[in-house]
Amino acid sequence: METTQPHIIPASAATTAPVITTRQLTKRYGALEVLRGIDLDAHEGEVISILGASGSGKSTFLRCLNLLEIPTSGSLTVLDENIRFRQQGNELRIADQKQVNRLRSQVGMVFQNFCLWSHKTVLQNVMEAPIHVQGRNRQEVRDEAQKALDRVGMLNRADYYPSQLSGGQQQRVAIARALVMQPRVLLFDEPTSALDPQLVGEVLKVMQDLAAEGRTMLIVTHEMAFARDVSSRIVFLEQGTVRAQGTPQALFQGGMDERFDQFVSHFMRKT
Amino acid sequence: MDWPFLARTAGELLTGVPLTLQLTGIALCAGFVLAASVAALAHNRLAPLRWLARLYVGLFQGTPLLVQIFIIYYGFGQIEYLRSSFLWPFLAQAYWCAIIALSLNTSAYGAEIIRGAIAAVPRNEIEAAQAMGMSGFLLRRRIIWPQALRYGLANYGNEAILLLKATSLASVITLMDVTGIAYRLVSKTYRSEEIFTISGMIYLSLTFVIVGCVHMLERWLLPRNRV
Repeated sequence: METTQPHIIPASAATTAPVITTRQLTKRYGALEVLRGIDLDAHEGEVISILGASGSGKSTFLRCLNLLEIPTSGSLTVLDENIRFRQQGNELRIADQKQVNRLRSQVGMVFQNFCLWSHKTVLQNVMEAPIHVQGRNRQEVRDEAQKALDRVGMLNRADYYPSQLSGGQQQRVAIARALVMQPRVLLFDEPTSALDPQLVGEVLKVMQDLAAEGRTMLIVTHEMAFARDVSSRIVFLEQGTVRAQGTPQALFQGGMDERFDQFVSHFMRKT
Repeated sequence: MDWPFLARTAGELLTGVPLTLQLTGIALCAGFVLAASVAALAHNRLAPLRWLARLYVGLFQGTPLLVQIFIIYYGFGQIEYLRSSFLWPFLAQAYWCAIIALSLNTSAYGAEIIRGAIAAVPRNEIEAAQAMGMSGFLLRRRIIWPQALRYGLANYGNEAILLLKATSLASVITLMDVTGIAYRLVSKTYRSEEIFTISGMIYLSLTFVIVGCVHMLERWLLPRNRV
């Protein structure tokens, strides 16, 4: 049935250095092959939206990039460092936890379920990692944390606990928590999927501002309009492979990849 | 009502309170240290160590505390090797035997509470910490243990209350705690209803003290619950 070839066109003039590079990245859970060899170069300043149906492997791929999932094979380079693995049986393991921790502290991650630490206040959530992971000065971190909270509009909730906040507010705090680490890349794993529809906008607004200031971002999302309007590149995954990629203009005008067009129209119908 | 007798009895029973509290306090602390170690074993990568932890918990949860006290106090004295070891000065005294039995017993229950509390820490909050570069001891100290405390504190308070009442079994190996004194008074006066009623009231008030302490700890350690 499926005779069409995947369409890959080169990403928009990639003149800057790659921040994250994957080569033939695979992930398997037992017999289930979730990722079947993904090559990706994410360059400085790019905003890449990773789209795909559920089960296409997009979240797994994103989680591989900061080693929350360990790839089954392939290579991964983050900020010019090749991640060192060691083989154990049929699986890879992290060979150098210090290396991973160091890179993780420069790669911000925003989760679907916010994942704020429920035993800490908003301000404590934001200050935790800069102080205890990066070893920075508390007073300096406090100032920066307050600035980060201010820019996501959450400074007036600094002393609240996560359980006292709406989902949208929690997610904005989570973004501030990632920003205060001064990350080189930001990963967003379906950041609006767990939000009530009326709260999605406030989070997308913050992300749009971040994109506008030239931050490198990889975003797994179902927000088609956001992906079309904000990203510099779309990567469309299907069954664990990159089915199509290119600029939003090229992909969304249709006719470039039949499967992508189906995916988008199906999505528009649903929402 | 024989008020003078009740007052005299209460006065005598109260002299057992320090011993009861000592047994509870020492067993609680020693038991916690043991419990934490056993809980750590239960999470160990090596399967034999996990089995060992399970065996330990099963053994002490599955046999009566009274039997455990008898074995340690009477049984261990039969073993020549132990009698010549450095442990004998302890094992020869009822006081230490009671503390050992109570500590071992409470540690088995405590280990389960700790294991459950650690398991209850939301997986995704741990992931968030890992994603920011935390691992190992830092991750435990900053994220996992404080969270586990929230889930485990109330349960551990219950265990402390059970332990307080379990110390009454120490009286069977001659210790003069509240219950030990109660037995002695009963055998002297045969007025068991009044004497045991008063001793029951003493345990009740000590329980309230423990409950109060746990609440204070909760408020101090878990400010979140105040809101």
